[in-house]
Amino acid sequence: MSLPISSSRTRRGIQGFLLLALLAFGVAIVGCGGSSEGASDKVQLVAYSTPQQAYEQHLEPAFKDSDAGSGVSFSNSFGASGDQSRAVEAGQAASYVNFALETDVTRLVESGQVAKNWRDNEYKGIVTNSVVSLVVRPGNPKGVHNFQDLIDKDVEVVTPNPFTSGGARWNIMAIYGAAIENGKSPKQALADVKAILKKTPAQPESARVALQAFVGGAGDVLLSYENEAIAAQLAGEDVEYVVPDSTILIEQPAAVTEGAPKAATDFLDFLWSDEGQKIWSDQGYRPVNQDLLDTEKYPVPDKLFTIEDFGGWDKVATDFFDEENGSIAKINEELGVESE
Amino acid sequence: MNKGLVLTYLSLIVLLPLAAIATKAFENGPSGFWTAVSSPQAVAALKLTVIASLIVVVINAVMGTLIAWVMVRDDFPGKSVVNSFIDLPFALPTIVASLTLLTIYGKDSPLGINVAFTQTAVVIALLFVTLPFVVRAVQPLLLSLDRDMESAAESLGAGRWRIFRQIILPNLAPGIFTGIALAFARALGEFGSLVLVSGNVPFKTEVASVFIRGQIESDNLVGASAVSVVLLAVSLALLACVTLIQRKGLRHGN
Repeated sequence: MSLPISSSRTRRGIQGFLLLALLAFGVAIVGCGGSSEGASDKVQLVAYSTPQQAYEQHLEPAFKDSDAGSGVSFSNSFGASGDQSRAVEAGQAASYVNFALETDVTRLVESGQVAKNWRDNEYKGIVTNSVVSLVVRPGNPKGVHNFQDLIDKDVEVVTPNPFTSGGARWNIMAIYGAAIENGKSPKQALADVKAILKKTPAQPESARVALQAFVGGAGDVLLSYENEAIAAQLAGEDVEYVVPDSTILIEQPAAVTEGAPKAATDFLDFLWSDEGQKIWSDQGYRPVNQDLLDTEKYPVPDKLFTIEDFGGWDKVATDFFDEENGSIAKINEELGVESE
Repeated sequence: MNKGLVLTYLSLIVLLPLAAIATKAFENGPSGFWTAVSSPQAVAALKLTVIASLIVVVINAVMGTLIAWVMVRDDFPGKSVVNSFIDLPFALPTIVASLTLLTIYGKDSPLGINVAFTQTAVVIALLFVTLPFVVRAVQPLLLSLDRDMESAAESLGAGRWRIFRQIILPNLAPGIFTGIALAFARALGEFGSLVLVSGNVPFKTEVASVFIRGQIESDNLVGASAVSVVLLAVSLALLACVTLIQRKGLRHGN
């Protein structure tokens, strides 16, 4: 019998396991250390990627120059909206959050990291607005002015994949809502969405990648937020954009987390102040304070609808974007079958 | 103690994460797993990924061996520079690779080849990122190959093709197979280099990794893990095949 050997093996196995447990414990402790609260004069900002320039170059410096913001420092994290929200849920330190979609804040309300009453303020938790616009080549050679043109005219449309890019869901709801506003039935409106999705040579993974693909020559029209289009122009890209006479109002929410330092609350107040709203406006976002809306730069569409008109994001997420039973998932499936 | 260290390290870096994914995939039981991986869109994405990856490893096995051969046996000006280029697909951030491929094979292609947003683009992107695997696995074997064997065979009257087939190829086989297995695994999970150039249109150009991304964005971690487990299983299956073939080859050699 080889008992001694096997028992020594067992011992080594146990040793190995103990070491493993110890290491795992160590990792857990280090992990917890990361999520502790920062200093009271520090804002830990976690946001979606588009407003990075606006924050780092304009909003944060202006806030630091204000009375409330003197001595405040920032740590910034930017990325895809859904990823950022999930990261905070999983423990990434954050005292101020700004996302592309309300559902990304809702996730943090459900995890207890953002107060349930985060919408109880003058602007209902929304810090900036925008609209879904049609980004076109210089001179608008295909002559597109509204969503119906995308169906009627011979154009290729680029829009991010609504399942990988939460923000792209605004685009789909803009097409759908414009059809409803024009008197079509929900069924016809979904047929419009399908007709446009059928004309997509590409559904890039995110809004940023979609813009890259469009600038790289893909498609005739890119569905994008007006603020993305303006940001692209500010970055020197040779694109134009059209605000359709019927489109959806994009509402980008912001909130402070539970137990956030005063600096974070002050920062959010600053973003809602006249000064903050004017900076947003310069950077391509529509101010939520209607008194400050420059209608020359930001024409107000005849028919401007909101996500509330379709029951709010929670309902829309289920009805349209559930990956099994949502109407958009079904449209994708139908298009897939037709293409085979 | 070394064994303990290795075991601990492997557990932390590989085994625990993999176990966590497998656990997540079966969180809703076998039926939940099956529902997730058998949805038409998941099946379409998996099919495209596996077929494209197979095409890619076959091409890279042939071309990679050829490249290694030229790098070791031939001499031409600038060879060392070309040799160092081979590793660049590893060093380049994959999103940059995607952007570059779009510029070269897109609408404004300087070569006049426009394949952006097609399944061909998926194959080209995967060829690009998996190029080094076979080359780098075969090169050292070629370098250490005893040339006396070839001379001996030649003096015994064997033709060049026969020497290649019966002497060189069997010696390179382990490297080729290792390269194939690594390239295949990489191709199955590839994401970055594809996001821009593939188009991501469901049922047409959406690969498994992008589909998984959509599942995560929809907060369906179980579905994402389930499809990942299928990718792992496919990868493992090919690895097993390669090992089997190699063993069989060795036995024949004896």
